[in-house]
Amino acid sequence: MLEIRDLHKHLGGKHVLRGVNLTVPTGEALVIIGGSGCGKSVLLKHILGLFKPDSGQVLVDGEDTVPLPERELFRVRKRFGMLFQGGALFDSMTVADNVSFALDEHSKLPASEKLAIVQKKLAVVGLKGVEKVYPADLSGGMKKRVALARAIAADPDFLLYDEPTTGLDPIMSDVINELIVKLKTTLNVTTIVVTHDMASARKIADKMAMLHEGTIRIHATPDELYASDDDVVKRFINGLASVEQMKEVWGEEAEKRMAK
Amino acid sequence: MTSAIPGVTALINIFRTAGGVFLLALETLRAAVGRWPRRRVLVDQFYLIGYRSTPVVLTTGLFTGMVLAVQSFNQFRRVNITSMVGAVVGVSMVKELGPVLSGLMLAGRVGAAITAEIGTMHVTEQVDALRALATNPVRWLVLPRVLAAVLMTPILTLMADVVGIAGGTFICVGFLKVEWHFHYINMLDWLRVWDVSVGCAKSSVFGLLIALTSAYKGLNTEPGAAGVGKAATEAVVTSCILILISDFFLSVFFNAIKPEWAN
Ligand SMILES: Nc1ncnc2c1ncn2[C@@H]1O[C@H](COP(=O)(O)OP(=O)(O)OP(=O)(O)O)[C@@H](O)[C@H]1O
Ligand SMILES: [Mg+2]
Repeated sequence: MLEIRDLHKHLGGKHVLRGVNLTVPTGEALVIIGGSGCGKSVLLKHILGLFKPDSGQVLVDGEDTVPLPERELFRVRKRFGMLFQGGALFDSMTVADNVSFALDEHSKLPASEKLAIVQKKLAVVGLKGVEKVYPADLSGGMKKRVALARAIAADPDFLLYDEPTTGLDPIMSDVINELIVKLKTTLNVTTIVVTHDMASARKIADKMAMLHEGTIRIHATPDELYASDDDVVKRFINGLASVEQMKEVWGEEAEKRMAK
Repeated sequence: MTSAIPGVTALINIFRTAGGVFLLALETLRAAVGRWPRRRVLVDQFYLIGYRSTPVVLTTGLFTGMVLAVQSFNQFRRVNITSMVGAVVGVSMVKELGPVLSGLMLAGRVGAAITAEIGTMHVTEQVDALRALATNPVRWLVLPRVLAAVLMTPILTLMADVVGIAGGTFICVGFLKVEWHFHYINMLDWLRVWDVSVGCAKSSVFGLLIALTSAYKGLNTEPGAAGVGKAATEAVVTSCILILISDFFLSVFFNAIKPEWAN
């Protein structure tokens, strides 16, 4: 179980997280949505201890990881897999070495077995024959999928995905959605997904949460969220600009455009 | 407030960097006591920092030795002791010019490369990815570079010493018609094992300073391509200044502990 309690964080003089509270029971998938730059990636990094909050708690199966020193955190992080928004592949290593990184570092498996795992994980994200390629020679979508394979390579208990389907074609996106659901249901992985893709949110989510101005605006099942009459939530789901934003773009004509 | 006086800001920055470098040194030491990085990572760094630096260091050594010979010959001819030029070249190369000039060249070549690589990794979240994969970036990134720099810098310096002395000899004997026999005798008479060892010890320290400073600057790079460039420049400048400052103190220190047999 993952619990986030009253998390606060200032970054670059901005109060990014202003008291975030969330609970994700074991084996459940939470989808986090929210405007660009509202702090979703920062929130994920807090769960792994990559950022130290100004105040608040992050509980991993009941253990508060915030006060732990970096060396203790390594123990906790071995149970996590994280897909970074930009992939964050090691560009001095081949695809195969990237995917098997956690296995090479933390397991004593023989090389042949590790290779088999690497090939299997690459196959589930739809990649074959790229083992010896360096990340610089991959397309954006391929990088994302290699990063996903790296995140799931060591069969973690918790998986954090930062925009797993951004930059993928619709079919590949659906494959990745199914993979996330399969990992959750078959391996009972506790999952948090940040996404802007409402179709994939629908598919993956047991619960959804919207991060807005540094706090959780709504935390509910997808059906409840879609039925919400909160204006902020409604506009986000339907992808509609606010009156102020329309005025920025259209100036005087804003009213006319919105009437349409 | 202090930013109105560039000198003061620069000085404060150097002290701040020195503090950060010191803390990183402690962390590296702690990492070295634990599990070491994979052999392949180490070999890569020895190749990049050591082997790939030889052309630069050899060129530096050769021309330093030759120009030293030309300049001291002109001075020594007035007092008719041109047979001493070889000794001057040898002693200056081994004690000061070899270690310091090699150190400065390596600060440019190796320091900038370390900062640019680690800085890019930091900016593209690869350092965070290391941590997320439960791996200590200091053990994985800093330790191999520090080891390679500490062990390879003295070897490169020795090579610079040798080609510098060879170049000086070539100029003296080949062009300036110094008698080979006296040139050789005087040089051997003045070169000391102690001085060579001190030169190596100093260059090890320079290697350590270069690797730590550059790694520190890389790990603290500001976002963006401009941030990486800025960090690399700062790493080179700071490494060079630290080399020159520490050279002074190391020289004083080694003179103070110089044993009887070395005289
Ligand atoms: N290392 C950092 N230093 C300073 N500010 C940061 C840092 N990382 C993030 N921020 C700031 O925190 C805020 C939230 O960033 P974050 O990356 O979490 O947004 P996001 O919700 O993931 O956006 P997107 O949907 O575009 O990925 C932004 O204003 C960003 O400028
Ligand atoms: Mg983000």
